[in-house]
Amino acid sequence: MRAVLRMVAWRVAFAVPLLVIVTIVMFALAQASPFDPVRQYLGDRALVTSPEILEQIRANWGLDRPVHEQFAAWFGNLVSGDLGESRSFHRPVAEVIGERLGWTLLATGSAMVLMFAGSLVVGTIAAWRRGSWLDRLIVGGAFANEAAPVFWLGLLAISVFAVTLGWLPAGGLTDAASASITFGDVAAHMVLPVAVLAVSQSSWLVLYVRESVIGTLREDFVVGARARGLRERTILVRHALRSALLPFLTLLGARMPELVTGAILVETVFSWPGVAGTSVQAALAVDFPLLAALTLLGTVAVLAGNLLADIAYTVADPRVRTLGVG
Amino acid sequence: MPVRLSLAALAVLALAVALVPPIVQLDQSLVDLRAAGQPPSLSHLFGTDEVGRDLLVRSIYGLRVSFLVGLVAALVSMVIGGLVGLAAGSLGGLADRLLMRVVDGFNALPHLLFGIFIVALFAPSPAAVVVSVGVTHWTTAARIVRSEVLSLRSRPFVEAAISGGASRTRVVRRHLLPHLFPHLLLATVLMVPHAIWHETALSFLGLGLPPHLASLGNMISDGQRSLLTGAWWPSLVPGLFILVPTLAVAVLSQRLRDRLNPRQRSELEL
Repeated sequence: MRAVLRMVAWRVAFAVPLLVIVTIVMFALAQASPFDPVRQYLGDRALVTSPEILEQIRANWGLDRPVHEQFAAWFGNLVSGDLGESRSFHRPVAEVIGERLGWTLLATGSAMVLMFAGSLVVGTIAAWRRGSWLDRLIVGGAFANEAAPVFWLGLLAISVFAVTLGWLPAGGLTDAASASITFGDVAAHMVLPVAVLAVSQSSWLVLYVRESVIGTLREDFVVGARARGLRERTILVRHALRSALLPFLTLLGARMPELVTGAILVETVFSWPGVAGTSVQAALAVDFPLLAALTLLGTVAVLAGNLLADIAYTVADPRVRTLGVG
Repeated sequence: MPVRLSLAALAVLALAVALVPPIVQLDQSLVDLRAAGQPPSLSHLFGTDEVGRDLLVRSIYGLRVSFLVGLVAALVSMVIGGLVGLAAGSLGGLADRLLMRVVDGFNALPHLLFGIFIVALFAPSPAAVVVSVGVTHWTTAARIVRSEVLSLRSRPFVEAAISGGASRTRVVRRHLLPHLFPHLLLATVLMVPHAIWHETALSFLGLGLPPHLASLGNMISDGQRSLLTGAWWPSLVPGLFILVPTLAVAVLSQRLRDRLNPRQRSELEL
């Protein structure tokens, strides 16, 4: 337990300055940007708005104050939990994120579960039938899948399952006609985005499971289990897979940036109303407060993923515990 | 067998990118509505898009644009990573630890999100894409160069140069850089497909290259419009032009890694 606490403290000590630096860099980039937020906000109306009113908006937003004061105000608000006002949604950023975060967590969470279960099964089958045509098919498929852009996979999935076969809806959260959100409707709309996200993230995991199960199948304890006459399935699942599983936890943490990337692209392709897709809308509208908050959120997600992976690893592997971390 | 196939695919694509644009002049604004939305056929091998442009020719143009942007972005990230790695490895001590913390920090950033952030604030353009990919992807090169410098520093010829009174810059320039160059070159080659991927992802989101330019990401984004009417080929074809070279480079690098480290040979038999 002490080792875990020490590691958490170590990680947090790294995360806090990192997040501060990220906010400083984002603010500096926004200052260097050629976009004028007021003109962006007004759109075509900027041409007919009188300069006095432009100045008034500037003063309301605090844009007429010196740069360091602006940063201090923004940063102070961030720390106290006030994320500011979205300029494209014309609502508080916290509200915009709040109503979308759940959908993102639902979709990415389901995708991770599916990815885990699917990769374990597929990777173990490939290792068990090593060298067969099935193994070659799985390995080749995993390499091709890794090379295919996720948004392209999403479009192909829409083309096959939504347009040609007509089995599933092409995007959105519910049918356009329905006024309320029902479980069945959402579940049907979730199938394609979740499956595409899971498949696009699974290549490395399938290859990893395969390689480490092959490695452990040669170990003495597996040979011993065979000699005791245990069933092949028991050997595969209880002995080989179990000891091959440990290193995943850290690898999974290291894949968090890719998961965020995948979520952004999949949510955009399938018009899923989550936070990841919203970052694209915020970017297209140059909505700095919303985009900055979402970028910070993405960074926090990656850091939290790394932390969880390390904790799980420390708890799962007694050797790491005795040696200590950091 | 897969190695030869990969080499052949890369050679064909390289020839196409080099030879087709000078021979077949592509008018980017050409619209031929009589040939609009045709599925793949003998006259248009990969079909035509919604305004009648041949998808094969346009994809080759797109690959050229995406490759150039990807190559420049990969070079930018290699230069940044090389300098950071060299500084960390050869200075050592506090500078090394600080720089490696910076590398850790960059690795904790969601790359595409930061790319989106940068492009959004500086208007979509090739330069913005190059910068946004370059500044988020130099960490691999920095790690490679640093570990290589650390192992070189203890070699006899470097120790001899230092005890002979050579300055730090001279050691770096005459004794370290020539050894680092092949590693950097390989890392650059491996980075190009990833940089192309980033360009296409940003363009697909409408945050990459200007929409009139035929880049693979823009083409897939255009193809999305005709997808719901049943025209699948405008989305499929440009994606294949990303998939094939990326896969070929991955297969070759896997084989090269096995060649270089026979002891860590993976269980992958392609």
